[in-house]
Amino acid sequence: MTLYTVIFYLLGLVTVAATILAITRSNLVHAVVYLVVSFFATAMLFYLLGAPFVAILEVIIYAGAIMVLFLFIIMMLRPEKSPVKAGTRVRRWLPALVLAGITLASLILLIVAAPGGATPLLLAAASPREFGRALYHHHWFAVEVASFLLLVALVGALYLGRRDTGTAAGSLEEQP
Amino acid sequence: MIVPFSHVLILAGILFVLGAVCALARRNLIMILIGVEVMLNAAGLALIGAALKWRQLEGQIFVIFIMAVAAAEVAVGLALIVYSQRRTGTLEADRFNLLKG
Repeated sequence: MTLYTVIFYLLGLVTVAATILAITRSNLVHAVVYLVVSFFATAMLFYLLGAPFVAILEVIIYAGAIMVLFLFIIMMLRPEKSPVKAGTRVRRWLPALVLAGITLASLILLIVAAPGGATPLLLAAASPREFGRALYHHHWFAVEVASFLLLVALVGALYLGRRDTGTAAGSLEEQP
Repeated sequence: MIVPFSHVLILAGILFVLGAVCALARRNLIMILIGVEVMLNAAGLALIGAALKWRQLEGQIFVIFIMAVAAAEVAVGLALIVYSQRRTGTLEADRFNLLKG
């Protein structure tokens, strides 16, 4: 039981607890802030598991950019609180929890039964230099494809987010 | 040594299942998208652990691409949410029942 082991379990506990708190909040802003905590703890786990550069990117992209985008959208749309009828909460969560419990139990059984799972991980770290070299020497084409994907997503988001000037798209608004 | 590899996988599995529960049980469109984010993050954790176990950088490189896909997915998904909120005035997935007889 080294110090790193303790740190791993603590960070795992923080991640799981923050995620549980995030997915049960009814206020969306609170959910997003708890999720930022969860992503910070995951970034620390990445650092512990030998990926410092990916940990930094996790903080910048996930906890920074994506979560702030969520906050922007939540504050722009100002979603109304939907009134929850008595009994629907159980009816809503119970099937999901039962399915997830069965899946998680079988997953844990499979992981425990798999050979080689008990081999302890040794400390190692990939420096950003090695990481960038491996990325751009062997996987440069995938980087190009990813950049093209981001460009397509940008164009798609612009197209979907534009204001309607014509009358064709507004015809469904009067539906009950 | 840190921990056995199976513990990393179990942690990633718990996070993935939590994301799936969020996407299944919540009715708000934004919370469904957040559930998908949690699931992608859990997949990244499993890949980082595998990269450390086999001492190959491919696992970490794959996480970069997962992040790119997650960013693109969030951009398009949130644009779709804004679009549907403009058309129907709601974010609840239960209220999208135009085809109901």
